[in-house]
This record gives sequence, C-alpha cells and structure tokens, in this order.
Amino acid sequence: MAVSDITPGTTSGALVMEPSPRALLRRRIFGHAGLVIGAFVLISIVLMALLAPYIAPHDPLDQVLDRKLIPPIWSGSDKATWTFPLGTDHFGRDYLSRLIWGARISLMIGVSAMLISGVIGTTIGVLAGYFGGRVDMVANFIITTRLSMPVVLVALAVVSMVGSSLTVVIWVLGLLIWDRFAVVMRSATMQVRNLDFVASAQALGCSTARIVLSEILPNVANHLIVVATIEMAHAILLEAALSFLGLGVQPPEPSWGLMISEAKGLMFFDAWLIAIPGTALFLLVLSINLLGDGLRDVTAPEGRN
Amino acid sequence: MLPYVLKRFAVAILVAITVSMITFSMIYLSGDPALALAGETATEADIENIRRVYGYDRPIVVQYLDWLYRAVQGDFGQSHYLKKPVSEVIFERLPTTMLLGFCALVFALTLSIPLGVLAAIRPNSLIDRVALTIAVVGQAMPSFWFALIMMLWLGIYWRLLPITGTDSWANFVMPSIALGYYITPAVMRLTRAGMLEVLSTDYIRTARAKGLRPMTVLFKHALRNAIIPVVSLAAVQFGFMLGGSIVIETIFAINGLGFLAWESIQRADLPMMQAIVLVLSVFYIVLTFLADMLNAWLDPRIRVG
Amino acid sequence: MVERILEVEGLSVDIPVPAGMLHPVQDLSFHVDRGETLAIVGESGCGKSLTSLALMDLLPSRATRRASKLALEGQDLTALSERQMSDLRGNRMSMIFQEPMTSLNPAYTIGDQLIEALRRHRGVTVSEARDRAVWLLEKVGITAARERLRQYPHQLSGGLRQRVMIAMALMCGPDLIIADEPTTALDVTIQAQILHLLADLQREFQTGLILITHDLGVVARVADRVAVMYAGQFVEEGTALQIFQAPTHPYTQGLLDCIPVPGKTARGAHLGSIPGIVPSLVGRMPGCHFAERCRYVTDACRAGGIALRDATEPGHRYRCVLTPEQAAANKTIEPVQ
Repeated sequence: MAVSDITPGTTSGALVMEPSPRALLRRRIFGHAGLVIGAFVLISIVLMALLAPYIAPHDPLDQVLDRKLIPPIWSGSDKATWTFPLGTDHFGRDYLSRLIWGARISLMIGVSAMLISGVIGTTIGVLAGYFGGRVDMVANFIITTRLSMPVVLVALAVVSMVGSSLTVVIWVLGLLIWDRFAVVMRSATMQVRNLDFVASAQALGCSTARIVLSEILPNVANHLIVVATIEMAHAILLEAALSFLGLGVQPPEPSWGLMISEAKGLMFFDAWLIAIPGTALFLLVLSINLLGDGLRDVTAPEGRN
Repeated sequence: MLPYVLKRFAVAILVAITVSMITFSMIYLSGDPALALAGETATEADIENIRRVYGYDRPIVVQYLDWLYRAVQGDFGQSHYLKKPVSEVIFERLPTTMLLGFCALVFALTLSIPLGVLAAIRPNSLIDRVALTIAVVGQAMPSFWFALIMMLWLGIYWRLLPITGTDSWANFVMPSIALGYYITPAVMRLTRAGMLEVLSTDYIRTARAKGLRPMTVLFKHALRNAIIPVVSLAAVQFGFMLGGSIVIETIFAINGLGFLAWESIQRADLPMMQAIVLVLSVFYIVLTFLADMLNAWLDPRIRVG
Repeated sequence: MVERILEVEGLSVDIPVPAGMLHPVQDLSFHVDRGETLAIVGESGCGKSLTSLALMDLLPSRATRRASKLALEGQDLTALSERQMSDLRGNRMSMIFQEPMTSLNPAYTIGDQLIEALRRHRGVTVSEARDRAVWLLEKVGITAARERLRQYPHQLSGGLRQRVMIAMALMCGPDLIIADEPTTALDVTIQAQILHLLADLQREFQTGLILITHDLGVVARVADRVAVMYAGQFVEEGTALQIFQAPTHPYTQGLLDCIPVPGKTARGAHLGSIPGIVPSLVGRMPGCHFAERCRYVTDACRAGGIALRDATEPGHRYRCVLTPEQAAANKTIEPVQ
C-alpha cells in the first residue's frame, strides 16, 4: 500500500473520524450479519408459509365463540392455554394458525406484485436506458406521471370500484409500484450501455434483443435483485395497509393487516391482538430489507447508503 | 436559469394533463359510473336520472373536456352524497391535511438531518449505528401499526396525548410522528451519504486550512452542498406522505383530505374521489416543480450558468 | 538579519493500515527563513504532501504526527490544541493546494470565500475585508477585481482560480505559505506565470515559502534551497545551486538525468530513467530506501540506517554511503544507450 493511497483529499482531520481498520472490518461483518439474519428469518417465514397446512394447529377460519379472546400464554392469565399459544381472537379463532396462514397471504402478494411490477418497470427502464433519446423521454414522462399519482389513494379507489380480492390487489399493486424498478434499471442500463463489451456486441451485429438479454441484463442483475427486495417489502406493507382499511384481502382471510384492523377496537384491553400480527409484519419486512441491503453491500459496496 | 424553468414548467403541465386523463377515466373502472353512484337499491329510473344529471350519457371525450374545463376553474361538480359542491368540501378539509403534512415534515427533518450529519462525521460509531437502526426500523414498520402502538402507549396507558379529533395542537403530535416517521429513513440516509461525500472534497480541506471553526466548516460549507439533493428528496417524500395520510387520518379521526377520500371511497362518491386524486396529484406536481426550482437556485452552477 | 520562520526536527507521520504501520514521513528536519523558498522535491508517493499536511496538522484522523521540534517563529506547534491550531491556520500559516478546480466551494462567491478567513481571524468588517480582497486580487494579477468578488468559482478558469487561491492564502498576511504542487494541474503556459507570481509575492511580503513539487524545472526557477525526498526521507538537501551543479545522491542524479536539456541532450538519446518502483513503507526498513533501484548499491547500503552526511560545500548534505568524491565521479558516467 503506497502513500499515494492516503490521498490528502480525504483530510477532514479531526472533523471526520475515518474508520480504523478494525472498524472497517466490523462494518463488513455487520453488513454480512444483516444478510445472514435477513435471509434466515425470511426463509423461516417462507417455510412456515409453505408448511402451513401441516404445522398450523387449528383451522384459521374456525370460529368457536365460547373460546373467544383467550390471551396468549405469556400473559399470565389463567384462561391462557397451550392449546392456543398465541391466544384467540374475538371469533374464537386460533391466532397462531391465523398468523401462520397469514404469512402465505403476505408472501404471495409480495412476490406476485414484485414480479409484475418488476417486469413492467424493468422493461421500461432498460429500454429507456438502452435506447436513450426519444424513448428515454417518453419513458421519463410515463414515470413522472406515475410518480405524481398517490399510490394508496389510487389503489383504494380502484379496488373499491373493481371489487377486492387477492387477485385484484396483486394486479393493482403490481401496476402501481413499478416506478423504482424503472428508475434504477434505467440508470444501471445507462451505465452499462457505454461499456466496451456492448459496443463490441453491436459491432458484431447482434440483434438488440440479444444484446439486452445477454449483455445488459446480467450486468444490471445485482441492482435488479436489490430493487426487487425493496418492492416486495413495499407491496407487503401496501397490502397490509389496504387490508387494514378494509379494501384489501377480505374477511375471513387471515391477512395480517386485516387482523390488525379487526382488533383495532379491542386493542385497549387485548393488545396482543395487534401486537402479534404487527410484529410479524415488521419482522417479515425487516428481514427482506436486511437481505436486500446485505445483497447490495456484497455486490456493489460503493452504492451503500 | 430561465430556459430550465420553462422546460420544467412545460413538462409539469403535460404531466398534469395526463394525470387528469387517468383520473377521469378511473371512474369507468367499475363499469357504469351512474350505477355506482346510484347504489344497489336504485331503480332504473334513478340510474337514468343520475346519468343525465352528471352527464354520463355524453361521449367520453366530451365528458372529459367538460370536466377538465370546469376543474381548472375549481368546479368539480356536486358531491352526490353530501349534496354540496365538491370543491367547497375539499377546501374545507385541505388545510387540515396540509397542516398535518407540514408538522410531519418538520418532525421528519428535525430528526433525520441532524442524525444524518452526526452519523456522517462519526461513521461506524455508536451514533451512526443508532441512526442506521432508526432508518432500518422505520422502513420496516407498517405506519398504521406504529400509529396504533403510539395511540396505545401515549394515548391510553400513559394518557399523555389525545387520540382523536383536531381540537388542539396536542392532537397533531402523534399523527405527525406516525406520518413523519415514514420519510425519516430516506432523508437520513441521503443526508448521511451526501455529507460523507462532501466532507471528503477539496473545498472542505481548503476551509479547514483557512482555520475556519469546525461548526462553520460543517454547516456553512459542508451541509450547504450536501443538502441540495435532500431538498428534492424531501419534496418527493412529502408528496408520498400526503398520499399516505389517508391511513393516519382515519386512525386518528382527523378531518382532513385523506379521511374525506376514505369516506368518499366507502360511499362511492365518484366526483369527490376524482377530485381528490386530481388535487393531490396536481399538488405533488407543483411540489416537485418547486423543489426543482429550489434545487436549481441552490446550485449556483445552474442559477448563474 | 535572518529570521527563522519555521523550524522542524524529527518530523514523522505514522498511519496504521491493515498490513501494519505505515511510515510515509520519516524523521525529517528542515527550516524556512523569512523571504526564503524551500522546495521539497520528490516523485508521487514519496510523502511530500503528507509532510505539508503534517505541518498544518490536517492529517487524516488515523495518522499520528511526531516531531522533536516543530516551531513557527519560536512557538511550539506540537503542544497546541486543535482550537489553537485553527487560530493559526489561514492566519499565520496558509496553504495552497494542487487542484484549483475543486478547491473552492461551488456554492459561495469568490468574495465570500476570500473574506471569511480574514473576518474569522481578525474580526474586521465586511467592507474592510472586501477592500483587502480586491487589493490582493489585483496583486495576483486579476483584473476587474471588485466585480470578480461577486462571481462564483465555476465562472473562472483554472489559472484564475489558482490565483484566487493564492490571494486567499495571503489574506491574513501569513508568515509561512505552503504550496503543495500549485502548478501541477495547470497548463504549462500558465505554470510559469503562477510561479513568477508566487516568487514576486514572496519577495514583496517577505513570507517564507515551502514549495512542494515533483517538477525540477519548477525548482530551478524559484527555489533558494532544495530538499530531495524519497520514500519518506530526505536523501539530499542544499541550496538550489548545489543540488543542480553537484547532485550527490544517486537518486538526485537520476532525477536530473531524466530532464532533457535543449541543446545538450542528443537527439534520439535515451533519457535517463530510474528502474524499479517506490518501496512499501509499511514497517521498519533497514538500510537505504533507494537500494533496490540504485545503480551503485553495495552491501553496506542495506546494513543499517544511513544518516545525512556533509558533501563538499557547507549546507549541502546527502544520505548515502558513497563519499562526495565517489558521487562526483558517478555523475560523469553517461546514461547507457
């Protein structure tokens, strides 16, 4: 390591504490810890969702009113029982089972909406970044228009008019949240586009489609994955908000957002009714975000923060 | 600077027009708007009546142009439900939402900018970790859940703040925090990144070499440059926040535009819904236009040319 | 009567890196008198920029500075707190940096940036400070000075910006100016102008000037005394005349061989070059740092630390095992074709 690596340009002296080598190492581990923890939690939730029919102790839709509002086992109440470790809601439905099945809904919506918006946004972004010029102008216009419309409001309005179901919610979200894909893919494509290997592919006479698919896409894939995680988390939170407002997944489905909404009136005395699904949402979104951050650190650390 | 302003202005107008077209056509998603307005219990005659009164029997283009012509003058028609002019209702409720948005913005900026600056001058230290944790947690937490939890603790258990209504300034504290927390992570991260970049520039080194005091270097020289992209981001996030205020307003029963939107969606009050989406979108367009102008003005290279 | 502005003894800079401890500046001793220009010459990476930052105490926070003596007009700089140090910077000692294009804040006017140091250090009014700024801008050869105050950095060319930087360094009437490669980023035609400007100003204001450069041509033009730096150490020091007429250290000789001399260097002749690369400065290095690249290396060179020794004339010292006579003999050997 030569002296010229310590560029005088980085002197802010006592003003900025530059990280010592140990701090840098700590940062790398911290970054990887996020990735590992995020991946671990996410995979656990995915497994939980996939194995729902086998691991859920009860039927999540099964209403038995005489066993309603049983507190969870940590509450110390004598009504609590291991039969219903997370308690029951106001219809006597087992909360643990609803939680497990609810993971399916969140994940399904998250993944589907992310895929739809991913396809739309990436197409727009890559085309804009690759062709530039008028195509770029049109794409930017479309993106700006989409950005000007309030997502939650439009989603609510559309769902209210078309009717709310899982499919509708997925499609509405997918058709609304593609903007970040478009913006990020556009700039990533623009950066890659001017590199030499693209020019040589063009010189060889490769078709545009071929260039985009085999030269551009693999090199912007790391950005794509990071945005995918962000938008998946975004979709999950949006669905939760929509269901909370009553215009997402409909009862009696155990959407976590819906569970919180149903428990709103009861939360003063039975706080676990909102604490449990809320924490589940938080953990799911957190793990996805950590995974995304970790992936970005690993693939392109200069883009950190 | 003038050609820049004009170009931006032209784009803004075009986007606004496109948004108006989309907003207008939204009401046809449910099929027949007259049917939606009339409700399920209406007779054929009622529906026909509504169709004539609202002009839904005319060709679409005519309807759109008529609507647009009147909208530009501030006339959005009659609210079918409230029997009052839509614009009157909107302007009644708009100030509340603006106030809420403003308070939320102040909260967010007061929290995120100092944190971002502190994190930048002590990278990888405790304060940096705290700031990043706040960012990570803020991005993962559903805003409605956060609002409910605050309501539970601050409003019910500790009785510190009122939980509904808009009687006094105290009513705005929790909603502002819940709403503002939504944009804190992004602003903080950008401030931190921007400061880190600026602090390693040559002109900061020059400032230190002149013997200027650390506070002067930090705020007069560094932050002044780092804040430029933050201004744009804050404006954009403010727009998102307004769209997302619908959730917060319904939870805290704040009689603003968001709550109004919620009510009109429930009641299928189509003219009102259309108007609110358009108003919010135009507001967002104006906001980003102003942010662009501010951005350009802050950077002498654009302002003076 | 000569007044000693800066006295430095045993200046060292250490920086911890993953590979160990880096020693980019090792045990330097030098001085600068009033009205005198000391040139510190060396290739990129030899540690000269860090030396200048060490004097101003503007090193990266991880770096540590040590010196047995570091005095500005008798005042001990090592004992000063950051607060006290900042009182001196821009005030009694100023620095001019290499990249004029990025050394000025794009968000503020030239005038604003010129007057802020003066106001901070002397508390003068804005209009008084502006007056002095105008006077100095004219001194550095900028026309329409009062209008320039209202301009922004991006409206000025590189050469003009560097003149502004020079004016800025002079605002508080410093006793010492440190110029770190002030002309390197400028056009060749402008380089000469800026150098003459620095020399004239120095004469007029009788400041001490430390000129850091890798360009021997620059040194020949303006330096009174020269210190040749290699891999963190001074390998030769003396007056400009001594260095150019009787270069004693093989590195200095090598440097001079690299310069084509119009009229003397034969067309098509190979310019001298010094093979090899700068050694790693991590950890303690026994012996001469230049050993790996030196044409005349012997076992004695790697044995232990080599101290500075006197050459034939007083004030001329070098760090080599060769005697001055041997070195002089080496100099007459023509470069290999």
